[in-house]
Amino acid sequence: MVAEPNAPPTRWTKKDLLGISDLSAGEIQLILDTALSLQAIDKRPIKKVPTLRGKTVINLFFESSTRTRSSFEIAEKRLSADTLNFSASGSALDKGESLIDTALNLQAMAPDMIVIRHKHPGAPHLLARRLASGVINAGDGAHEHPTQALLDGFTILQKKGRIAGLKVAIVGDIGHSRVVRSNIHLLTKMGARVVVAGPRTLMPLEMEKMGVEVAYSLEEALRDADVVMMLRIQLERGGGTAFPSVREYFQMFGLSKERLSLAKDDAIIMHPGPMNRGVEISSEVADGPWSVILEQVANGVAVRMAILYLLSGAHEEGNR
Amino acid sequence: MSATSEILIHGGRLIDPSQGLDGRFDLRIEDGVVAEIAERIEPKGGDAETIDATGLIVCPGLIDIHVHLREPGFEYKETVKTGTRAAAAGGFTSVACMANTDPVHDNRSVTGHITSEAARWGYARVYPIGAISKGLLGVELAEIGEMVGAGAVAVSDDGKPVMNAELMRRALLYAQHFNIPVIQHAEDLHLSGKGVMHEGEWSTKLGLEGIPGSAEDVMVARDLILLDDTGGRYHVAHLSTARSLELVRQAKKKGIPVTCEVTPHHLVLTDEEVARSSFSTQTKMKPPLRSEKDRLALIEGLIDGTVDAIASDHAPHHADEKDVEYNCAPFGILGLETTLPLCLERLVHAGLISMSRFIELLTIGPARALNIPVGTLAPGKLADVTIFDPDREVTINPEAFRSKGRNTPFGGWKLRGAAVATVVGGRRVGV
Repeated sequence: MVAEPNAPPTRWTKKDLLGISDLSAGEIQLILDTALSLQAIDKRPIKKVPTLRGKTVINLFFESSTRTRSSFEIAEKRLSADTLNFSASGSALDKGESLIDTALNLQAMAPDMIVIRHKHPGAPHLLARRLASGVINAGDGAHEHPTQALLDGFTILQKKGRIAGLKVAIVGDIGHSRVVRSNIHLLTKMGARVVVAGPRTLMPLEMEKMGVEVAYSLEEALRDADVVMMLRIQLERGGGTAFPSVREYFQMFGLSKERLSLAKDDAIIMHPGPMNRGVEISSEVADGPWSVILEQVANGVAVRMAILYLLSGAHEEGNR
Repeated sequence: MSATSEILIHGGRLIDPSQGLDGRFDLRIEDGVVAEIAERIEPKGGDAETIDATGLIVCPGLIDIHVHLREPGFEYKETVKTGTRAAAAGGFTSVACMANTDPVHDNRSVTGHITSEAARWGYARVYPIGAISKGLLGVELAEIGEMVGAGAVAVSDDGKPVMNAELMRRALLYAQHFNIPVIQHAEDLHLSGKGVMHEGEWSTKLGLEGIPGSAEDVMVARDLILLDDTGGRYHVAHLSTARSLELVRQAKKKGIPVTCEVTPHHLVLTDEEVARSSFSTQTKMKPPLRSEKDRLALIEGLIDGTVDAIASDHAPHHADEKDVEYNCAPFGILGLETTLPLCLERLVHAGLISMSRFIELLTIGPARALNIPVGTLAPGKLADVTIFDPDREVTINPEAFRSKGRNTPFGGWKLRGAAVATVVGGRRVGV
């Protein structure tokens, strides 16, 4: 489904942001539009607005994260929310407390929103069912990473002026990637054509049922692509057992400057990070003029501000 | 429980597939065995208990050959007492319980504990299934002969497969001394790996690790090859895939001595339920809910006779154990109190199988698979009877279960069919 340009503006009604699969094209557009209007804050000399003053946000990270966690925290601070960071190590979880008990205890302190990153798919859904606070999924296993897809969509819009009609190639460890799943939902809902590629041993069964084309060679995926998104091999999730060596992997699926020439001349290169130079991408490509990798990171703050703002209900209060 | 020596059940539609009976018959029970079946029977003695079954179905007591009673060791999940009460409430007069207890049921003292608890409570007959291997470790044979001597009717390492082909071959050979079947939980552990749901469209969408159908199929295929050499009797527990069913179908055609069971949940739900329920752990069991193609193939197996029994794999867990992340929850759901209405609604009322075939799958079918002396109302046989109302509307309410467990994906389902009474060995069971 593609958002009609003249469609009436969608209102945000959801308590949680659990995944892109639950969102309509109108809701995606609303988040991207809101992010665009909030991005100006990043450029101000004093990067802070009082929008979420008096709101409390807990960042509940059960898995290590540098980019996403910093990005959420900066977004929260720029909106003047009170934030608390909670990481799994050194917590009650080490003492045998269940996820739901930990969450109910935090809930008792009345936070407005909880941002959760967890290694198990569906962990944010478990919390969302039981907690009154808004729940934002900051990555649940190999399931979804909605804020990453939104910042990717925002970056594509910024660079290409549109999403509809573009060919987007996503290459790498498809099976273990939550980024790819959220991006597929977002890009197909917004009208892009998505091709995924990677070794057969890392390609989930029936991938085409997600509405994408599946390619088993990098060349086929790259041909005439407008956007190329490279993914890391997730060694910690067993991605490394799917092929014999990193050297052989790079020969088959690594993005070099020569191979990039198959894509459109104005193609952009994206990567959700963390990046492994010389494994899935050469430094030449990662640092070249095609690369928008650091702009993705910059846009992440605006997109997360937009989500916090919409979920907090601050826009509703302002309308009263 | 009353101790009347004579019971007369009259006015019902009596269906006994073991005798090809389906019609308006009265049934008289005397001294714990079936005395006679006839169109009209007058009570012999003056103090006979009479049960008016007008508008109801009367059949041999239902049998569930795959349940976990959790005793000894996991009494917080279920006991012989609560599990058999659940059986009676669900219309079952016999259950066969699996060996994955603590200590493991791999020796006769555990067999004895289970049978004495069953005799003490009397809600349903309990046929213990012993372990194939000591400690369910898959290394050396358990004391199968001693367990059979104490009352075990089959062996299985259920919960775990017998991965070692040589041990399986030995079990198939050795079990023949006692004329009992070897029951396999067919799962290649290398292929199932860390999987938590069926591998396919929905595991792909949800990012959950998949268990491919082939994990079951390669095990069934391997065992059928072994069985072709050894002879004996082999039963596939909770068969869940189209391809395993086809393997069993072809083996039966060749005369290989295999039987199989399917569960109600594999006949009613598919892997899509994991997504529809937003990762509800009540959709997590082994084998996992399979694809629609598999589900339809299992129904075809009920129709064409490839499937011998419906068995619930009743697997009680504590609520806290299921109230966790999907990956962390234990496998398994309840079955004893939902099987009858689920199958009546979705199989019989839906027009997929006849009432008689449905009853066959829960009486003489499973009785023959395990070679146990129940499942028939032939004169002189044990008087185990189930009386049920096939049309009574029920709403599944886990809070009202007699089982200690509440773990079911069917809470709130509106179905038709309910047990009215059971008789075990000529004694009416009160729940």
